[in-house]
Amino acid sequence: MPDHILETRNLTKEFKGFTAVNDLNLQVERGSIHALIGPNGAGKTTVFNLLTKFLQPSRGTIQYNGIDITREKPADIALRGVIRSFQISAVFPGLTPRENIRLALQRRTGGSFRFWRSERTLLALHDQADQLLAAVGLTAYADTVTGEMAYGRKRALEIATTLALEPELMLLDEPTQGMGAEDVAQITELIRQAAADRTILMVEHNLNVVSTLAQRITVLQRGTLLAEGSYDEVSRNPQVLEAYMGSTHA
Amino acid sequence: MKARYWVCLFIIGCLAPFLIYPVFVMQLLCFALFACSFNLLLGYTGLLSFGHAAFFGSAAYLAGYLMTVAGLTPELAILAGTVCAGLLGYLFGTLAIKRQGIYFAMITLALAQIVYFIALKADFTGGEDGLQDIPRGKLFGLINLETTYRIGHKSLELNLYFFIFILFCLAFWLIHRTIHSPFGQVLKGIRENEQRAVSLGYRVERFKLLAFVISASLTGTAGAMKALVLQLASLTDVSWHTSGEVILMTLLGGLGTVLGPSVGAITVVTLQEKLSAAGSWVTVIIGAIFVVCVLAFRRGFVGELGRLLKKSL
Ligand SMILES: Nc1ncnc2c1ncn2[C@@H]1O[C@H](COP(=O)(O)OP(=O)(O)O)[C@@H](O)[C@H]1O
Ligand SMILES: [Mg+2]
Repeated sequence: MPDHILETRNLTKEFKGFTAVNDLNLQVERGSIHALIGPNGAGKTTVFNLLTKFLQPSRGTIQYNGIDITREKPADIALRGVIRSFQISAVFPGLTPRENIRLALQRRTGGSFRFWRSERTLLALHDQADQLLAAVGLTAYADTVTGEMAYGRKRALEIATTLALEPELMLLDEPTQGMGAEDVAQITELIRQAAADRTILMVEHNLNVVSTLAQRITVLQRGTLLAEGSYDEVSRNPQVLEAYMGSTHA
Repeated sequence: MKARYWVCLFIIGCLAPFLIYPVFVMQLLCFALFACSFNLLLGYTGLLSFGHAAFFGSAAYLAGYLMTVAGLTPELAILAGTVCAGLLGYLFGTLAIKRQGIYFAMITLALAQIVYFIALKADFTGGEDGLQDIPRGKLFGLINLETTYRIGHKSLELNLYFFIFILFCLAFWLIHRTIHSPFGQVLKGIRENEQRAVSLGYRVERFKLLAFVISASLTGTAGAMKALVLQLASLTDVSWHTSGEVILMTLLGGLGTVLGPSVGAITVVTLQEKLSAAGSWVTVIIGAIFVVCVLAFRRGFVGELGRLLKKSL
């Protein structure tokens, strides 16, 4: 029997009469890379927001490791080991890349309420932060202002920050969006490495990336599950072909 | 900032009462602390409270009352004012923190108006008159804070001054430490990108609440200090004007800068003092100055200076 780290049942989200996610039954197998694809507006980001509790579902349940997490708060989900990235790059622009990663590492130290301690106590995290920076090729930028970095580097930093928390399940929302070919290759490799000891659920438009990385693919269309399977199965599905022909992401 | 600048400022603080009327300097210190505490919230956490006078005023009333009626020593009265403001801050915070932006400001304002109403109606606050002639008493029951020293032809309240000055330094240090602590790092993260902070597993409401309580407590310290210095606690201290004034001081001096709020407080209090002959026009004049400054120096005095010098002040 397959071991599902994440499972949704009849997950539905309605915005004022408009159904963005409709009766979705999604199962993510532990240790796999699972891709969620579909045309723009299909509801992929909404699914992520539901899974991480940034949105409350209208109906349906979410189970993580067999535990019902439907009513939990976003920070609780993160504390359970589910860390997400955002479609619109989520970094702390005024901090340096090292401080960005350090803030993630700091959360696991448990001393974050200590307002009477010097921030020098955080120097102990720098080695680990620098290793993560090196892993995404940002060593040279460790002390620059994050907000001024190129887009691709911000995305790389975001992934490094997510990895800093050593999530059990990592949710990536279009990690390669808006990147040049070189950056795409680097991020793809990074995701592959990150997947060695965790589960990844990713939204991705770049079908090359999907075909190289994902073991399983779920296709969404107008909030409904259209098809599911391996890349070969899904890419031969006539409904999927039609959905994709009709959109800009052929 | 480098250590030598701090030493310079400390020396200036020690010399100030010999050069300027000490009670006025102490008044500046009280409002500077008020603005610094406020800045911890607005400048470093991104929360706009429009009800900080409630903490300032209630601590002033409580400290004044305890010194007048219960004969408490000044340090205990100030401690009581601080704790009371902290508890009130916890209450305000719990009720307001879930709201964002303008709603947060409105809830704090509404709660502060309740406190104002209580101050107006209750007996122990002295109603319209407020608490007057609050005795300064003896620090730790030993050092008489009323004592004045004759230097030249002036008589200076040096005991009181150095007590207030040291208290200010300690509170200022605590704020500075809070900003540069692991906790302060998280606040910075929340201000920069709240959603990301949440998704990293920070329960941001708790962090905001703690920041709110620290800010309210130290605002209470400032209010109690003020009651001791001016020997007065009045409705002005809890009124929404005062809540507005501290916003003005902070913005004028430079939001999110270390020295800005103090500079802003000194500017506003000095202007009020110098212009007091102009009567009710003071508000208009200060308002006009504020508008000009906001247009000319958007980051406040210290913020703009810091930008010119490429330093964080
Ligand atoms: N907060 C919201 N309020 C109303 N409609 C929304 C909201 N978020 C998303 N939607 C709508 O839901 C649909 C799915 O959006 P989204 O999940 O962002 O799609 P995708 O990520 O697949 O491109 C879109 O039509 C979008 O306009
Ligand atoms: Mg999307």
